[in-house]
Amino acid sequence: MASKVLHAYYNDDDVLMHAVKKVKAAKHHIEEVYCPFPVHGLDKAMGLAPTRLAITSFLYGCVGLTVAITMMNFIMIEDWPQDIGGKPSFSYLENMPAFVPIMFELTVFFAAHLMVITFYMRSRLWPFKKAENPDVRTTDDHFVMEFELHGNEDELKTLLADTGAVEINIVDKNSH
Amino acid sequence: MYTFSNRLKIASFILMAVGVLGIGAGFLSAPSTVEEAKAIVASHDDGHGSHDTSNNHGAEAGHGDAHSAEHDLHVLHQLQNKPWSALYVAAFFFMMIALGVLAFYAIQRAAQAGWSPLLFRVMEAITAYLVPGGIIVFVILVLSVLHMNHLFVWMDADVVAHDALLQGKKGFLNPTFFLIRAVIFLGGWILYREYSRKLSLKQDESDDNASFKLNFRISAAFLVFYLVSESMMSWDWIMSVDPHWFSTLFGWYVFASMFVSGITVIAMVTVYLKSKGYLEDVNDSHIHDLAKFMFGISIFWTYLWFSQFMLIWYSNIPEEVTYYITRIQDYRLPFFGMVAMNFLFPVLLLMNSDYKRVNWFVIMTGIVILAGHYLDIFNMIMPATVGDQWYIGIAEIGSVLFFAGLFIFWVFRALTKAPLQPKRNPFIEESKHFHY
Repeated sequence: MASKVLHAYYNDDDVLMHAVKKVKAAKHHIEEVYCPFPVHGLDKAMGLAPTRLAITSFLYGCVGLTVAITMMNFIMIEDWPQDIGGKPSFSYLENMPAFVPIMFELTVFFAAHLMVITFYMRSRLWPFKKAENPDVRTTDDHFVMEFELHGNEDELKTLLADTGAVEINIVDKNSH
Repeated sequence: MYTFSNRLKIASFILMAVGVLGIGAGFLSAPSTVEEAKAIVASHDDGHGSHDTSNNHGAEAGHGDAHSAEHDLHVLHQLQNKPWSALYVAAFFFMMIALGVLAFYAIQRAAQAGWSPLLFRVMEAITAYLVPGGIIVFVILVLSVLHMNHLFVWMDADVVAHDALLQGKKGFLNPTFFLIRAVIFLGGWILYREYSRKLSLKQDESDDNASFKLNFRISAAFLVFYLVSESMMSWDWIMSVDPHWFSTLFGWYVFASMFVSGITVIAMVTVYLKSKGYLEDVNDSHIHDLAKFMFGISIFWTYLWFSQFMLIWYSNIPEEVTYYITRIQDYRLPFFGMVAMNFLFPVLLLMNSDYKRVNWFVIMTGIVILAGHYLDIFNMIMPATVGDQWYIGIAEIGSVLFFAGLFIFWVFRALTKAPLQPKRNPFIEESKHFHY
């Protein structure tokens, strides 16, 4: 299904931030903003819901910690009991200091990698995926604000021209 | 301009007065004879179960009377050291806060940080305490050299004569060189503090950035001096109470402790001033950044604490591991309690981004962090000087109250000396608009 969308181009992140605030104040819905780099505070200005990625990261960290404890307990205590540091206690708890670096590393490893993978899946990114950004310049030095049009074309155009947009285009977009 | 409120001033005087009484009581109750020492140990055991009697008897059981008498003399010395150690731990702790803030301040200057210039006057006021605090610590060290107390066992010529290891360290660890080093360290820190403060005030009145640039250069140079002097100071003033034991990351470990305590105090003073209507331009983002530092450096401290502990625990070499065996056997509660206070507590409370902006949350966490790092210094000094005779009683609390009072008095008096907001710092606009 094809729909008409409006693209407003900016070439500075500060100008973009001010523009987003102005557009939100005028009660327009911003469909998407394409940026060459992450702009701090943009999500809040656009009124996006806070990310839940941090929660998944915490849960993955817990999984990593559990894996580390179970693994070290099996390897070093149960399967082939080791005499660690001349202290043959054969107890996980008493040998715990030796396992702390592994517990820490696996927590970080699981949290970081699984969070990145979750982020890719949530953003629908995978190898050989065709780029969704409307203009190659958004990977270089331009920012694009995208609006869906519902007969408010002229009003939007004047508003955006005021906010310092360097280019305003109306294009057909095939939604996926 | 800030005016020192009468209520706070009176509170600081009351703290000092109560503190002096506590310190005095501590010194008066210290035993002067072996019999008195025995009586104190006996009464102490009655009140607190028998956790250290078993230890004492175990040591005495296999030995003859001569050894027992020696042990009694040892306990007497430990009990005589107790009020001195209490005084020294508290004096060092509050000096360390000022020194940690000085390092933080120098880093902000050397990094030309844009977010922090609004807080420079607060930091400068806290570092003002380095002068009295440093001098008090120095006086205690001089009194130790004069054998007024036995905090540093290597200062006793008789002990060194019977100890091959201490003889080997004599070239470095001797009273004269020890005091010369102390003068160099304190002299360097105080010189930088006073000069940087002068330049900071001069920048407000000048019409170019010459003072600012000079301040940047001397701050960078100071950081080099600080890095070396702080590390050596920690060997001298803390590690040498256990003269046989050494740890190569000790300087970093003490640094982490003073850095996090210092940042915590900056945050607490800032929040206090804001609550009184000063520092209008300091916003929640500044507090947020300070809380991030509190959170991060708390983890850094734990990392060093654990690194030091794990290597020694793992290798289990008698010369080294005795340090931790003393702490785990005789100091179990403060030793593990401080890990909970310095690590678990700040991690859980300051993890959430929003909580770092809640001012009273930062204050509550700050109080726990400060208490935890007092315990950290306590655990560094006490086992070597008072052994299993430690107790957080009148002498310890009195010392903390006295120095807390002096610290509050000196810091807030220094705050009244200059406008709370630097006028002509080139980054002041950026700092005002700092927004996370």
